[in-house]
Amino acid sequence: MSRAMVVWCPDWPVAAAGLTEDVPVHEPVAVLAANRVVACSAAARSEGIRRGLRKREAQSRCPYLVVVEDDPARDARAFEPVVAAIEELAPGVEVVRPGAAAIAARGPARYFGSEAAAGERIVEHIAQSCTVEAQAGVADGVFAAGLAARRGYLVPPGATPAFLAGIDVAALDRPDLIDLLRRLGVGTLGAFAALPHTDVLARFGADAALAHRLAAGRDERPLAARQPPPDLDVGQTFDEPLERVDMAAFAARQLAERLHERLAGHGLACTRLGIAAVTEHGAELYRTWRHDGLLTAAAIADRVRWQLDGWLNSWRSLRSRGPGAPQATSSLLAALVSPDAARPGPGAIVRLRLYPDGVVEHAGLQLGLWGDAGEERDRAHRALTRVQGMLGPDAVVTAVLDGGRDPADRIRLVPWGDERPEPAQEPWPGRLPAPSPATVPPEPLPVVVVDATGVPVRVTDRLAVSGAPAKLSRKSETAEIAGWAGPWPVDERWWAPEEGSRRVRFQVCLADGRAYLLTLADGGWTVSGVYD
Amino acid sequence: VADIVALRSRPGPGGGRLAALVRAHGLTGLVGPADSYAVEPDGVRERVLPVLPELRGLLPAGGLRRGSTVAVAPRGSFGATSVLLALLAAASAAGSWCAVVGMPALGLVAAAEFGIALDRLALVPEPGPEWPAVVAALLDGLDVVVAAPPGPIAAPLAGRLAARARQRGSVLVPYGSWSGADVVLEAVGGRWAGLDRGRGRLSRRELVISRRGRGAAALPRQATLWLPRPLVEPEPEVLPAPLLEAVG
Repeated sequence: MSRAMVVWCPDWPVAAAGLTEDVPVHEPVAVLAANRVVACSAAARSEGIRRGLRKREAQSRCPYLVVVEDDPARDARAFEPVVAAIEELAPGVEVVRPGAAAIAARGPARYFGSEAAAGERIVEHIAQSCTVEAQAGVADGVFAAGLAARRGYLVPPGATPAFLAGIDVAALDRPDLIDLLRRLGVGTLGAFAALPHTDVLARFGADAALAHRLAAGRDERPLAARQPPPDLDVGQTFDEPLERVDMAAFAARQLAERLHERLAGHGLACTRLGIAAVTEHGAELYRTWRHDGLLTAAAIADRVRWQLDGWLNSWRSLRSRGPGAPQATSSLLAALVSPDAARPGPGAIVRLRLYPDGVVEHAGLQLGLWGDAGEERDRAHRALTRVQGMLGPDAVVTAVLDGGRDPADRIRLVPWGDERPEPAQEPWPGRLPAPSPATVPPEPLPVVVVDATGVPVRVTDRLAVSGAPAKLSRKSETAEIAGWAGPWPVDERWWAPEEGSRRVRFQVCLADGRAYLLTLADGGWTVSGVYD
Repeated sequence: VADIVALRSRPGPGGGRLAALVRAHGLTGLVGPADSYAVEPDGVRERVLPVLPELRGLLPAGGLRRGSTVAVAPRGSFGATSVLLALLAAASAAGSWCAVVGMPALGLVAAAEFGIALDRLALVPEPGPEWPAVVAALLDGLDVVVAAPPGPIAAPLAGRLAARARQRGSVLVPYGSWSGADVVLEAVGGRWAGLDRGRGRLSRRELVISRRGRGAAALPRQATLWLPRPLVEPEPEVLPAPLLEAVG
């Protein structure tokens, strides 16, 4: 049976709140989930606070109690430095839960001389590097070691069943089973362990049988040690700065092969690729490429080549303009903030690094059954990614139908390669009926609409039209209105003063057959769609 | 066309009559070397992308032939965008990838209503000064590339892009003035129905499309399209391909 050491931080939710949110952990503090206390500080415990109390009850026992909401993510996050601190002294840490970590006791015990010395050393190291209080316990098996850690006790080898025998069954952490056992008169782990194993399995099921093994001190599950995350980045420093595209392409291919090899060695593939370059002027350029499939070696090489191509070309075009061209003082900002402005280049590239981002397990790529995700899609994808390399990732978009009342609101543009959200299916009251205008000007065009007497048409608060629209004029051009319908009102987001929009829509048809969607807001008419 | 289809579906000798009918209807443009309709060895890419039935008569191949240039010329501000969307609709619905370059004002809700698959429609609204390079790159990989030139395009550049499309087997659809297109489609008339003075809504429109061009498309012809199209296709998908066997 393997000896296990568990390092346990008492009242971890409280300690985590203290570490991340500056909660005074030496005062009475309680962490509540769903209005019940799940953890409290030692000071609170001495005031009579217990697990499971309601908030009001806890506050009546201790009026100056500090209450913190339970946040498992915060607990896990705050525990990470503790795990790292343990890892510095003993490899192969298994996080049992935030607040408790298990390691194999044999190695550290040999290294530090004895189990007691190892436990002491680790607890001290945690206290120094993370300012966290911890206790260590050693026993045969993780379950017994966890209980030993709560008592700060080292169970001698072979004495684990005797140690467990006196402990209350509540330690099993299975509420239904514990309740049942208590009603059967089984109060301690020793009494539970004394039951025949086959009967426990037959009467209470597999989970109870597992609990029975734990209670008997036969915890044979090996430690699932945490592997330190592998370093997957690849990089290269060039003695001769890269100035030409073909040199860059050569470097890109090599780096891509190396990255792909490294990923494949770990059985991984990446869906996002970060390309970072440092130029001779010290500027750092970074861009992320996305891919909704998996990036193969060739795909990685292509993306790196396109990106370097873009960076080097922008630099060369500056150079060819001669010394009179504006010098880029802050080339990083110039290149990244305004990519489509004059584009003063950042200089030749001296260092290149590839960061696999969005790493997934590579279990093979499933192609579409009917060839939809096959060759056609790949060809289109390559061409579009190529264009993204020229113009930037946001220049190539696809549209997703979204909820909205006007044609322009109903379209959301998603950069190519990003995940497309599901199109909105809900009915949307106030939506204009189909057919929709085939041309939607990005900026509404101002027009003037007058009635037969030449007075601009208005709409009152009660949606009465001041006169039938008769003429539509834009700049110097004037046309007769042959048919019209409206007003169709929209009063959007009236609760948010900055975003609110109150307007009415009209459809008008001109005598020559053209048709427009007009919007009247704040007394001004605009063309928001052309039924082209 | 319906006569021809009926005749074709009847078994037995009818080749001579069929040939005469084809000639009488001016559909000789449909007759080409038999392999132009054959499926390529990879089995995926047909040589002709489908179009709406109403538009078949306007295009010499009865659809968007890969490698050809089919321009849509805006005249005034009536109907050209709808002609463009109608031209893409059937091909996109059948699984082709399309791209639209330089049209920030394209009504995408209308495109979806035409039946264009938005997940296979890539948009480059602002290509900037690199417009020719963007169009050329897209011709490499997409089936249909709609290109709205930012200004007048020199004939050599137009020729280069058309050659690129021919070489890559894509369809180039310039939207705007373009020299050297195989077919030029134009909206020449039509009207909206459903709108009265203060009542109703725009519900239906008639769109008259004319074609001009060169070669097999030199003969001017018109077609009338009613929009929105009925949801149920009234006739089955009939590509003119099997016609050839009979005409022989």
